[in-house]
Amino acid sequence: MAELRKARIATASLAGCFGCHMAILDIDERLMELMKLVEVDRSPLTDIKRFTKRCDIGIIEGGCCNEENVHVLRDFRRNCDVLISIGQCAIMGGLPAMRNAIMHSDAPLRECLEEAYITGRYIRNTTHDIPNDPALPLLLDEVYPCSDVVEIDYQIPGCAPTGDVIYETLAGLLAGKFHGFDRMHIKFD
Amino acid sequence: MATNTPDEQMTGPAVSVPSIPVEEIVSICQTYGNDRHRMLDILRDVQDRFRWISPKVMETVASQTCLSRIEVEGVASFYSFLSQTPKGRVTIRLCDDIIDRFAGLAAIAEAFEEELGIKVGETSPDESFSLEYTPCIGMCDQAPAAMVNDVVVTKLTPDLARQWAQSLKAGKSPEEIVSDRFADLSPHARATAQVDNNIRHAGAVLLGPVPDDAGLKTALGLTPVQIMDMIEASGLRGCGGAGFTTGRKWKFAAAEKAEKHFVLCNADEGEPGTFKDRVLLTERPHLLVEGMTIAARAVGAREGIIYLRGEYVYLRDLIEEVLADRRARGLLGEAILGVEGFDFDLRVQMGAGAYICGEEGALISSCEGLPGEPKTRPPFPVNRGYLGYPTVVNNVETFCHAARILDRGAQWFFDMGEEGSHGTKLFSVSGDCLNPGLYEFPYGLTINELLEMVGGEDAAAVQVGGPSGTMIARDSFHRRLTFDDLATGGAIIVFSGERNVLEIVEYYMSFFVHESCGYCTPCRVGNVFLQKAIGKFRKGLANPEDIDYLKDLSGTIIETSRCGLGMTSPNPILTTLKNFPLVYSAMVKPSKDGIRATFDIQSAIDGARHLAKRRSYIYDEDFSK
Ligand SMILES: Cc1cc2nc3c(=O)[nH]c(=O)nc-3n(C[C@H](O)[C@H](O)[C@H](O)COP(=O)(O)O)c2cc1C
Ligand code: SF4
Ligand code: SF4
Ligand code: FES
Repeated sequence: MAELRKARIATASLAGCFGCHMAILDIDERLMELMKLVEVDRSPLTDIKRFTKRCDIGIIEGGCCNEENVHVLRDFRRNCDVLISIGQCAIMGGLPAMRNAIMHSDAPLRECLEEAYITGRYIRNTTHDIPNDPALPLLLDEVYPCSDVVEIDYQIPGCAPTGDVIYETLAGLLAGKFHGFDRMHIKFD
Repeated sequence: MATNTPDEQMTGPAVSVPSIPVEEIVSICQTYGNDRHRMLDILRDVQDRFRWISPKVMETVASQTCLSRIEVEGVASFYSFLSQTPKGRVTIRLCDDIIDRFAGLAAIAEAFEEELGIKVGETSPDESFSLEYTPCIGMCDQAPAAMVNDVVVTKLTPDLARQWAQSLKAGKSPEEIVSDRFADLSPHARATAQVDNNIRHAGAVLLGPVPDDAGLKTALGLTPVQIMDMIEASGLRGCGGAGFTTGRKWKFAAAEKAEKHFVLCNADEGEPGTFKDRVLLTERPHLLVEGMTIAARAVGAREGIIYLRGEYVYLRDLIEEVLADRRARGLLGEAILGVEGFDFDLRVQMGAGAYICGEEGALISSCEGLPGEPKTRPPFPVNRGYLGYPTVVNNVETFCHAARILDRGAQWFFDMGEEGSHGTKLFSVSGDCLNPGLYEFPYGLTINELLEMVGGEDAAAVQVGGPSGTMIARDSFHRRLTFDDLATGGAIIVFSGERNVLEIVEYYMSFFVHESCGYCTPCRVGNVFLQKAIGKFRKGLANPEDIDYLKDLSGTIIETSRCGLGMTSPNPILTTLKNFPLVYSAMVKPSKDGIRATFDIQSAIDGARHLAKRRSYIYDEDFSK
């Protein structure tokens, strides 16, 4: 066994609102404790765009709505020992998955884009175009939860989860004694 | 949906929506004394006469019965034989069960579609025809089968389908097609002209010779308690599926002090693959009413109801004739057989195409003119049932057995069968066997013995008890048909090795999705998820963990559902997972290095490729070329 090193964590936001990343910051002053134990590799928090090393824990916010999400998620799976979905979007598809509800249509994706950019009642789109820059990743036919695309080891529920539950999960995992959530932390009603 | 439907008031004269005179609706309501408890009868009559239940009709019915329109709509929208858009003058309902699919339904549907110029699910623009699918109509031994208005057609072939369609188009009524002298036939002859009984083996109790009303005559010499003791001592258990001890059920109801008691017969027979009650209703209707009359004497009921499933409407005249005959002979009505104070009469309540109405609480709701939703238990029907009064609900076969027990004695019945499963049982056998039909045997027969008798030795799977029962494989064919081993309300469906087990399971799940009353979320939504998950298995898109998902979700549905439908709906999955594990494991695709093999990025982006008219810079290898 190599000498004790800091655990490496990576995070990414796929089809999410960044709320879950904000929630990570809700750990507040305990962040200091945490940072004694970990270093953050690839993450919007560090603005590191590529994995510099293999990571112990990957944290994914948001599900997959486009090809780039799939690409990033697969990259995380390859480079992380433990992969965690955080928040409803990552776990179930969340708000973006509302477009999956367009079912009784021959072209649900087109219908969705047309309503979002052209025909919707409150749309002000002077060009009447659907954005189609070559740099834009292609959309998937549906929004997929992360677990449909790769194997996910843990899921932290909530929209967004509280800083407490995020902290306790990470602290537990790092100490090698994560035994599930405190009921009050995942009780939402 | 109702706001989108054309109404006779909103549409101009150009559209040929039949106008529904208010007086006619008022008069239909009056036929039933403007009684809200007869809502199903009222709406059935409207549907029969005018082919739909328009928003205007609902308003009229509501004001006649002192209900709100939404309460009427709640009933009108619940039953699949009631329609909120105009139906054709002839509605053809093709049985869409898995048995019919395996028996060539697709070609028959196509023949009808071609001849009638409409697709399944449509009504022709001139409103001459509607073509629909419906779940099992109880003709599984003569599949493929269909209903044409109130008439049943069995053993359909594409040619026969064409002949029917052509005759109907030529203006013949379904009844005329069955027989030129349909009107002159007795109700019994009409029924047997449409449907074969297919009695393959008569046992000692029900299908052998049965003397007229011998049981009732014995009952007259006994006190109610003696009758119930006798039924209990015989070991008779309910034949509708749940197998509750009949004598005890009657005693519970009798012990309940109340102004009135009721005796209800469950002739809803909706469990796919079950058709035994159909044959009893055709060949032993007197025995059934005799049994109900005995039950009435035992529990002190003066009124009863036979709840007849809508699909068996072709048997209604036959039953009504039997009731009339018995009234004329003093076997129903006041002072039965001259016994002062022994009054009992009953009515037939037609259902309207809802499997859930076979559940006793839902059946009672339906008789009360409500949507056919199960009731929360307790209170149980024996304590507070129909209109709040103590009510005995028994299956057709149970009542018939009871009448025979009164005639031949408890010991005679007790000695047949096995410990805990006494007497004989009717088995409705269908599917891949040479002799589908009805078999009466004492409890305790093994599946192997039965298969030999029915010419089903090639069976690879047998569905015992219908979709809510158990699917077993060859290694279980030594098991016995008893309450304690393989319980069944009567359905035995044989599948040969050529059949795809997952296709069967997927169909059964779609059946439960269709038939869930929707009250409990786990049943309403969970069954949809289960069906989708099975779809994933069939397409080879399931992960190994999906097997656990099936089990977990099934457990949740079973635990949190209010009635027997939700408590048994995962059975097709759970019993095949147990008895056909390889069928599932062969279909799962394990992940590679944690990346799901079941997610296909190419098909997921294909739609967007076409919309955006460009290729993927990540997943199209030739992107840069
Ligand atoms: C979803 C569901 C459907 C049922 N369908 C029928 C049926 O069609 N016929 C029947 O006799 N019992 C049916 N039952 C069972 C009844 O609820 C009830 O137990 C039975 O009618 C009691 O009669 P028995 O004791 O004579 O069997 C059904 C139960 C459930 C949960
Ligand atoms: S789960 Fe909620 S907070 Fe997290 S990304 Fe989705 S919408 Fe935002
Ligand atoms: S279990 Fe299903 S069918 Fe039964 S009451 Fe609940 S929703 Fe209705
Ligand atoms: S009638 Fe078609 S399967 Fe029962």
